[in-house]
Amino acid sequence: MQGFQTLFYKELLRFWKVSFQTVLAPILTASLYLLIFAHVLDSHVQPYPGVRYTAFLIPGLAMMSMLQNAFSNTSSSIIQSKITGNLVFILLPPLSHLEFFAAYVLAAVVRGIIVGLGVLLVTLVFAIPPVQHPLWVLVFALMGCAAMAILGLIAGIWADKFDQLAAFQNFLIMPLTFLSGVFYSIHSLPPFWQAVSNWNPVFYIIDGFRFGFFGVADVSPWLALSVSGAALFALALLGYQLIKSGYKLRH
Amino acid sequence: MSAIEFNQVVKHYGQFQALKSVSFNVEEGDFFALLGPNGAGKTTLISILGGLAHATSGAVRIMGHDVATDYRNARRAVGIVPQELVFDPFFNVRETLQFQSGYFGLKKNDDWIDEILASLGLTDKAHSNMRALSGGMKRRVMVAQALVHKPPVIVLDEPTAGVDVELRQTLWQFIRRLNQQGSTIVLTTHYLEEAEELCNRIAMLKQGQLIALEDKATLLNKGKSRTLRIKLLDGTLPASLQPLVITQAGQQYDLKLSDVAALDDLLAQIKQAGVTLRDIEVNKPDLEDIFVETMHGTAA
Repeated sequence: MQGFQTLFYKELLRFWKVSFQTVLAPILTASLYLLIFAHVLDSHVQPYPGVRYTAFLIPGLAMMSMLQNAFSNTSSSIIQSKITGNLVFILLPPLSHLEFFAAYVLAAVVRGIIVGLGVLLVTLVFAIPPVQHPLWVLVFALMGCAAMAILGLIAGIWADKFDQLAAFQNFLIMPLTFLSGVFYSIHSLPPFWQAVSNWNPVFYIIDGFRFGFFGVADVSPWLALSVSGAALFALALLGYQLIKSGYKLRH
Repeated sequence: MSAIEFNQVVKHYGQFQALKSVSFNVEEGDFFALLGPNGAGKTTLISILGGLAHATSGAVRIMGHDVATDYRNARRAVGIVPQELVFDPFFNVRETLQFQSGYFGLKKNDDWIDEILASLGLTDKAHSNMRALSGGMKRRVMVAQALVHKPPVIVLDEPTAGVDVELRQTLWQFIRRLNQQGSTIVLTTHYLEEAEELCNRIAMLKQGQLIALEDKATLLNKGKSRTLRIKLLDGTLPASLQPLVITQAGQQYDLKLSDVAALDDLLAQIKQAGVTLRDIEVNKPDLEDIFVETMHGTAA
């Protein structure tokens, strides 16, 4: 347990020591998105009856920031340690596979939640979304951050250089999050793109999260929970297995 | 029980065979030198010991714990100082050592951390960020990191490469003390005089194979070659002996003899040439000579 606690605390301290970059910058970015999109679209678009576009956008932006930061935390920590070589100090001690896995993932979840809370707080200036089902909000926030933290862990372990990690981030994570209904309700899309969105697990995470706020969403929260849960489980299995086998960590 | 057991350890990296069935033991209390040229497999062997690499086949045990099946107990029993100079730039020296203690399950370890810091001359650097330290200081911190959990077995992979004299002395003084207190030490180095001075047992690896494993005294007695130092009173060294000359200073020559038996023939040639000797001295080989002989396959 002490090993887990120490690694968890070390990972928290790692991002907290550079919090301008890891916490404040994403909050500012999300606020800018909101400022611009709300200014342009608020009077033209009403995603659900009685829901203003600005209010609709806030949970999506908060979740997008959470997902991207949870991913960044594990992936950049692992790849930096791998490339500078100091990962050896984590690999030599008797940490169990589970301690290793859980410490990295939970620290990234904490960063995701802090960023998400920050985005929500700042955007309260623009609009106050209702919170119909706080438990759904919390469940989807935690699941979304955990899934992306694990994906970041996998990417960090897989990538041999920063360029490969950037490719993973720009060609997989960015499209998955941007095309998941952060900025729109997928019901507004043509049927083909609606069908494509239905295959994007991130869509279910954001949709379920939004249901928690408005009590309405594109799909049932139970379906969203099932899909997100299955994705999280599959990723957790894969991530844990990679650590256990020592893939690209122990040669 | 041996401190470390290597049992038919084989390691392949793709087509390349880094270790070809290496077996030997390091006994408790040994100060053990693992020698060999670059690429002989020393670091691969140490990586397998620390769980940084998996053996393709064979078994490795540390204090009786298998490094694969009982990896947590095996890792608790060993402290490894890696060869590459690496550090975490986010933290200062004390934080680095506190984290390392925590990874080994130790919560309150500051008394021992203070002792290590003092022994390695790091006390006044405790609050310096790792980035601000010189190379030698970073190396000391890496040694300290390997010792936070008071491991019974300590492995140092070329700890003195590119390090100044002062650190070498501080380091060896400290490591010697740990050895006297019962720790088992394994050392790889290219400075053979260090191994000769410090170690009681010596293994040599070449191209992934163990080619020598002896007590130091036995090994040093095994070397067949001798260095002969002669001073001439008059005359010059016969031309037939010129190929044997290692160094020459005035009338003093150091000659390389393949073995003691060659001495008779050499003296006969000198006598025949009518040269008078003023002084003669035969020297046994040191570890470096034996290392070279062994690596070239000329040792017994």
